[in-house]
Parts: sequence; structure tokens; C-alpha cells
Amino acid sequence: MERLNVLKTYKIYIGGKFPRTESGRFYTPLNKKGEQLGHICLSSRKDVRNSVVAARKAFGGWSERAAFNRGQILYRIAEMLEGRKSQFIEELIFQGSTKAQAEKEVNLSIDRMVYYAGWCDKYTQVLGSINPVASSHFNFSMHVPQGVIGVIAENSTSLIGLVSLVAPIIAGGNTCIVVASKELPLCAITFAEVLNSSDVPGGVVNILTGESKEMIKPLTEHMDVNGMIYGGSNKKIVQQLRESAALNLKRIQTYDEDWMKEDAQNLYMISDCQEVKTTWHPIENIGGATSSY
Amino acid sequence: MSILKKNKTFSIPDFTQSPCIDKVGVEERVARFQTRSIKSTTKMQGLKMILNMIDLTTLEGKDTPGKVKQMCFKAQHLHDVHPGLPNVAAVCVYPSMVETAVKAVEGSGVNVASVSTAFPSGQAPLDIKIRDTKFAVSQGADEIDMVISRGKFLSGEYNYVFDEIATIKEACGKARLKVILETGELVTLDNVRRASDIAMYAGADFIKTSTGKIQPAATLQVTYTMLEAIRDFKLATGIQIGMKPAGGISNSKLALHNLVMVKEVLGGEWLTNEWFRFGASSLANDVLMQIMKAETGIYQSADYFSKD
Repeated sequence: MERLNVLKTYKIYIGGKFPRTESGRFYTPLNKKGEQLGHICLSSRKDVRNSVVAARKAFGGWSERAAFNRGQILYRIAEMLEGRKSQFIEELIFQGSTKAQAEKEVNLSIDRMVYYAGWCDKYTQVLGSINPVASSHFNFSMHVPQGVIGVIAENSTSLIGLVSLVAPIIAGGNTCIVVASKELPLCAITFAEVLNSSDVPGGVVNILTGESKEMIKPLTEHMDVNGMIYGGSNKKIVQQLRESAALNLKRIQTYDEDWMKEDAQNLYMISDCQEVKTTWHPIENIGGATSSY
Repeated sequence: MSILKKNKTFSIPDFTQSPCIDKVGVEERVARFQTRSIKSTTKMQGLKMILNMIDLTTLEGKDTPGKVKQMCFKAQHLHDVHPGLPNVAAVCVYPSMVETAVKAVEGSGVNVASVSTAFPSGQAPLDIKIRDTKFAVSQGADEIDMVISRGKFLSGEYNYVFDEIATIKEACGKARLKVILETGELVTLDNVRRASDIAMYAGADFIKTSTGKIQPAATLQVTYTMLEAIRDFKLATGIQIGMKPAGGISNSKLALHNLVMVKEVLGGEWLTNEWFRFGASSLANDVLMQIMKAETGIYQSADYFSKD
């Protein structure tokens, strides 16, 4: 007798837990061969609301962690990705990639995670500055995380797009809510399982699946979201983001990159989700022969 | 034995015979209150009602006159960006802060409530508790929140607990007396019911769940049990007693479910701040955010509301 396949219910990821969507809805995307990818949660605006609460709660602890420790945790994510490589490759092939493409995508995702893990305790030194001023002040600028970031992942990439967008955000001490690709959602939830087993505190990354059209507005308008990242080039989405973000003047970054390129990663993706804090520290004399600064 | 209270004479029941509470039944009933969906205009009305029922509270060892003044300001200016919001019912402070609070809320209609009787433990001799209460009243407190002696209660000395409440009631003078049962330490719902009965017969104007220092605090189960006791007391004596759940009610949804419960157990008569209060510190901001969300359609951030 032929065995009946058991389809996995890919649940969403909020605050370190895997709940079903509050709305109880799901959808069943198909691959190019017409096979069902799985039953995927069709998240609602209330799931958005719950994830923002979780991300805000996690922000304090995550941003105050030692930078070195954040690096260790990001590296741990890479290790866990490596351990579940075959599952990711299978899912990518199931979603329609060729074997070679899938292997390349997974390898590149792991390497990209390691790349940003390395930056965690270095970006402030490179980006920060000591500024010349005309008064008796020691004046320096440093980068501090923006806060809670909303991420709209591009529809056409699965794992690599997600990793490329999320890694620099959390490397910089932010927390985020990710709206995953609607057509290719499998890797997003498996990635959540990786995050959940790699010392990333619950709420630092929250992943929702479903119709982005439904979630962009409540997420971007949300007063407790400090910035938005969009990985894609759809003009309608960009327009919607700009309109909704105007309410609390949150910053929007759009990236229209081919994430499969090896150099589609850089330090400035970290600084895009940072605010510059400048401190004026009064001192007796600066720059003179008697100054110790 | 019979006593005279509010010009009514009635006999004191035997408190060892207070009704037993069916815990499973209470849980089922309470679960049904939580399934009520309250939307649009009803929700808005409920939210404003909640604001008006809050006893804004600060009861910490680190309280300073500055902190109390700040809270009193908040009590009268919940969110000035939105005109037409009600004030809270009262501010609740330690006796040493009553003078500061009275000055700060003068003329606003906001009452000053003071905890007393060696709050939160209540482990002090009776004469000290009386002085504590009289001090708070003399400083201008409109309401007194006393704690019962849980140790005495648990060792079965119901008469001691009864007499203590009656004595403090006398010391309160014109101030309304809220009696804190500290249900988290009473362990069973049977005990909650018995303590409620004792407090009401001894002269409480309000019965209150918790100090906020012990977990669990105001669970719906406990509040429900106390509301039933209030209803039975009203039926037996004709006297209306107020209810104040305190501690652990930090979001609007739970507060709304409390209102539903009051309405369905006791009726609309209790839905004013004269008969129902929430003891809370962070509830007000959540309610304000819900009001703003309902009016603008946009989820709010605590960054744009005054700190608790």
C-alpha cells in the first residue's frame, strides 16, 4: 500500500514561539509542477500587531548585549544552517530551483551569515568617528540601533533574500518583523526553526507568511516600528511604504539587489538601520600640546 | 449577634458556614466572559469607563514626592493630545505621600487613596495600624486601603480579623474603606469567599483583591468569587459594596472582560467609579493606546505616551 504523505503545517514565528495565525486562515501555494508546497499560514494584521509587541519586548535585551556576544550568536545561526543544509536544499528544489542553484544559495546564505557575524563587534569602530570641534569638547559619534524594523522580503527569493536582509539588521542590535515571500515561504519558516535553536532570544526575529499586501499597511503605519526595509523594486509597494511611513517619519530603505551575487553584502547595510549618536564631552583643552586626547 | 450598619440592623452569620465555591464551575463561567467580543462604539465607551475607574497607583519603597507629583499630574492629564478624556478615579499612595498627593490633585475631582495598616504585610500591632490609618485620614486621604491579617485568617481567627476591620473602619471616619484580602495568600476560593463575607459584614465599603505585591493577584476567578459575595451580601442586607481588582490587570482586553463580568454578575448599577475600581499602574497607558488606535486605525507606540 502506498504511504500517504504528511504535509507539514508551516506555522509562523512570533516571540520565539510557533503559533498558528490568529486569523486561522491558510493558503496552499503550488510549485511549477503543480504540487502543493504545504499549508502555509495566511497571517493577518493582528499577527503583525503581536509580532511588533514581541519585537519591542526583545529590543532592550538584544541591543544591550555585548557586541561580541551578538557575533557569537550570529555565527551560531550559520552553524545551525550548515547542519540543516540538506533540508534547505531539498526545500529549494521542491520550490523549483535546480540542484546546483539550491546548493549555491544555501552555501551563500551560510557565508553571508558568517560575514555579518564578523561585523557585529567591528562596525561601530569603523563607522564611528571622533570629530574636530572648535570648543573644549571631546566630540564623538557612534552608531546605535534604530529599534524595531519591518522587513518586506522580495517575492522571488527564498532563503538568500531573507538572510541578506535579516542578518545586517540583527547584527546591528535591532529586532525585526519579516513578511516572507508569499510564493516561496518554506525556507523562511525552516529558517525560523534554525533561529529558534541557535541562542537567538525570542522576539529578535519574527517571521510572518501570507499576503504582503495585507500586512504592509499595518506594519508600516505602526507607530512602534522604527524603520522599514524592502528587498525589491515593485513601484506600487515602494509608494505604499512611503505613504504609510509618513505618519511617524520612519526611514525606508529599498534594496533591488541580486542577492545571489557574492558581493551583495556590505557594511552599509548595517548602518542603514542605525542612528548616529553624537556626544559632546567637556574637557579642558583638546588638540593642544598639553592635551592627552 | 446583630449589628447596626448604615442605619440597617442585620445579624452576623457564622463565617465558618460561608458557601463553598465550585472551582471548576467558576473557571467555566469565567472562560465564557473571555469569549465576549467587544467592538466599535461599545468598546470605546468601555475604554473611557475603564480610564475613569482606575486608581493610579505607586506603592514602592523608592517613591519620592517628585514621583507622586508626577503621577498626580498624569491622573489629571492622561493624554492631552486627545481632548475630552476623563480623569482617573483616584491616586493610590503610601500614607507618607498623602499630603503631597492631596496638594497635587486639589480641585480636580481625583480622590486620594492611601494604603494603611502596615501595608503590604499587615504584620504590625493593632494600635500601630490604627495610628497608621488615622495619620492617613488626617493628612486628607479620601479613601483607605487596608490589608487584612492573613496569618490570623489562615489560623482560623475570624473574629480577630472581623474586629480588626471594624476597628479600622471606625478610625477611617468619613473616608471610604477598601479591604484588601490579598487573595494570592488565601490559597483557595473558599477562603476568598469567607474573607469577603467577613470584610463586608465588618464594615468594608469596598473589597479589594490584592496588594499587587503577591502573585497571583486579580485573576478573573478570584474577582468573580468576590463579585458573587457582593451580590449575596446585597440580597441579604440591602447594602451595596464596591469591588476593586488590583494587580495584574495591565491590558484593556482583560479590563473590558472585568467590566462584562461586573455587568453580568452585579448589574449596571456597579458600573461607575463609585462602586468599581481598577488598581493599576500600567493599565492607563494601554487603554489610551487602544483609544487612539480605535480613532486613528493605527497601532500606537508607548514612545508617544507619558511614562507611568
